[in-house]
Amino acid sequence: MTATITPDASAPTAGAPGAPSLRRKRAFGRYRMAPFLFTVVTAALFALFFLWPGVLGLSYSLTDFRGWGDANFVGLDNYGKLLGDPDFYSALGRTFVFALFSVPLSYALSLGMAVAINAAHARGKTAARIIFFLPWLVSPIVTGVIWRWMFGESFGFVNFVIAMFGGGRVPWSSNADLSLLVVILASSWAGAAFNMLLFVAALNNVPKSYYEAAELDGANGWQRFRSITLPSIAPTSVLVILLSTLGHMKEFALVQSLNGGGPGTQNRLIVQYIYETGFKQSEIGYASAASMVLLVILMVIAIIQLRISRRSNNSW
Amino acid sequence: MVTTYAITVPDEKKRERFERRRRSKNLRRRAVLPTTMLWVLALLMLFPLAWFLLSSFKPGSELFSYPLSFFPKEWTLGGYEAALERIDFARYFLNTAIVATVSTVLTVFLCATTGYALAKYKNPWLSVLGLFILSMTMLPGEVILNPMFIVIRDLGLYNQLAGVIIPSIVTPTGVFMFRQFFITIPDELMQAARIDGASEYGIFFRIMLPLARPIALTLAIMSFQWRWNDYIFPLIILGNPDQFTLQIALRALVGAENIEWTILLAASVLSMIPLVALYLVFQKYVTSSNINAGLKD
Repeated sequence: MTATITPDASAPTAGAPGAPSLRRKRAFGRYRMAPFLFTVVTAALFALFFLWPGVLGLSYSLTDFRGWGDANFVGLDNYGKLLGDPDFYSALGRTFVFALFSVPLSYALSLGMAVAINAAHARGKTAARIIFFLPWLVSPIVTGVIWRWMFGESFGFVNFVIAMFGGGRVPWSSNADLSLLVVILASSWAGAAFNMLLFVAALNNVPKSYYEAAELDGANGWQRFRSITLPSIAPTSVLVILLSTLGHMKEFALVQSLNGGGPGTQNRLIVQYIYETGFKQSEIGYASAASMVLLVILMVIAIIQLRISRRSNNSW
Repeated sequence: MVTTYAITVPDEKKRERFERRRRSKNLRRRAVLPTTMLWVLALLMLFPLAWFLLSSFKPGSELFSYPLSFFPKEWTLGGYEAALERIDFARYFLNTAIVATVSTVLTVFLCATTGYALAKYKNPWLSVLGLFILSMTMLPGEVILNPMFIVIRDLGLYNQLAGVIIPSIVTPTGVFMFRQFFITIPDELMQAARIDGASEYGIFFRIMLPLARPIALTLAIMSFQWRWNDYIFPLIILGNPDQFTLQIALRALVGAENIEWTILLAASVLSMIPLVALYLVFQKYVTSSNINAGLKD
């Protein structure tokens, strides 16, 4: 992509007089107006609602801006304050714990669904496919309602079943860890269908002959899955893990309706922390600093995972 | 040799029949395990939804009295009546429908033109734009919540549906879905059209866009779902209850001190109806779409 820019930039020094304009013309191709018109609105929207807020956020994070009046430059004070803010740490830590458990669960669930729906001999695949996709339609808010309803402490279905088997009442909403477990289950349930779609596309690309050869050699189903399926879909696995890590790190709406970050503020995740400091307490400068920290964390995650995927791509 | 040959012929036939029967039996036996696994998973995924849907038809007294039963002992629409009475559904439906429809139409159109330009033209401007859009996939809008609000407020879009619609139009997923599709279309098609005297715009609107119909439909359904279910941006941009979308209205119900479950369950079910209807009509464009093409790049 950048290769097209380099000859253009070196043209003025290397070329004879008159050459630069010719070179530039070639760099932009014969058609200039059409591609410009095709993309100009997108570029404008991107600049206005992504680039500009990004720059603005970075500059707010260096001020004590509160949404109105003047913003005073305070340097890195906000970042220094964040370092010593236990609320920030607890929100960030809770987000990591949440992602740590829900990413493997949603990976396993969506891969299991994809394998099950791709199995050659299974019956009723069309109906199952439609069912698998139903949770994708449910909004995060309603997902929260559904799971809150199932895991109600004194009226929920799950506690009813536990009581039927002689168990006691499980404090699904007053115990912070159990409450987070419900959020983990709910988010995996809600996000599985989309990841399944990615896995199904990848599974269809694995050559059938591999499986036939392995079957002749006497490999059983599990061995075929471990030694053929998993390595063959490794790039997609990395993509799914990357996307669901990023998705889980910014979870907000689901928690809002499932437990509101409770009990207390124990399950407050990082986006909720940013939202509450920025909008409820109007500490825009401080919230922007927290956003920038989140942004750096997300970028680091993305870069690490892309690195890993590049290395694994080479080895296969 | 000859005798054995003569003998094996009828035998072969019999064996073939036997083989076929055995194979079909075998096939049936081989179907048992995968089918069980598939349906156990399907029922697991379906159960929370089914429980929620059936509960919404139970009267309030039955919701909280043990023992619970899966099917309502007494079917009632009381929750729905109460929900319709309590919440101004018509208004919220209308607001949500406007947001979802308008932004979907704009999203599909702009993602198609941008994806097409990125696939079929080459110049520095496009390379830079492509990289920028790629960076959007990594950085979610949640990290620019506060400045986004300030930008929208300064543009005079606070508390307006347009303020929810306009910022959400450009989606990197949509752009890359179209780009990936248009890359697979041979350039010769464009050249042939150019020789026939078609303009660049004519090529796009009369040849390329019709070809991309399946992608456009897939993106349309996905975008409609995204915008219908959006929560965080409507939450910060719409402050006036008259402008609320369904999700914000539901959040008000679930955030109350004492949740009225009969109303909440019914209202949640109602909020999903349009999406479910749309999905059942167009489900093949979602469930069989090859989405990895759009996201891999």
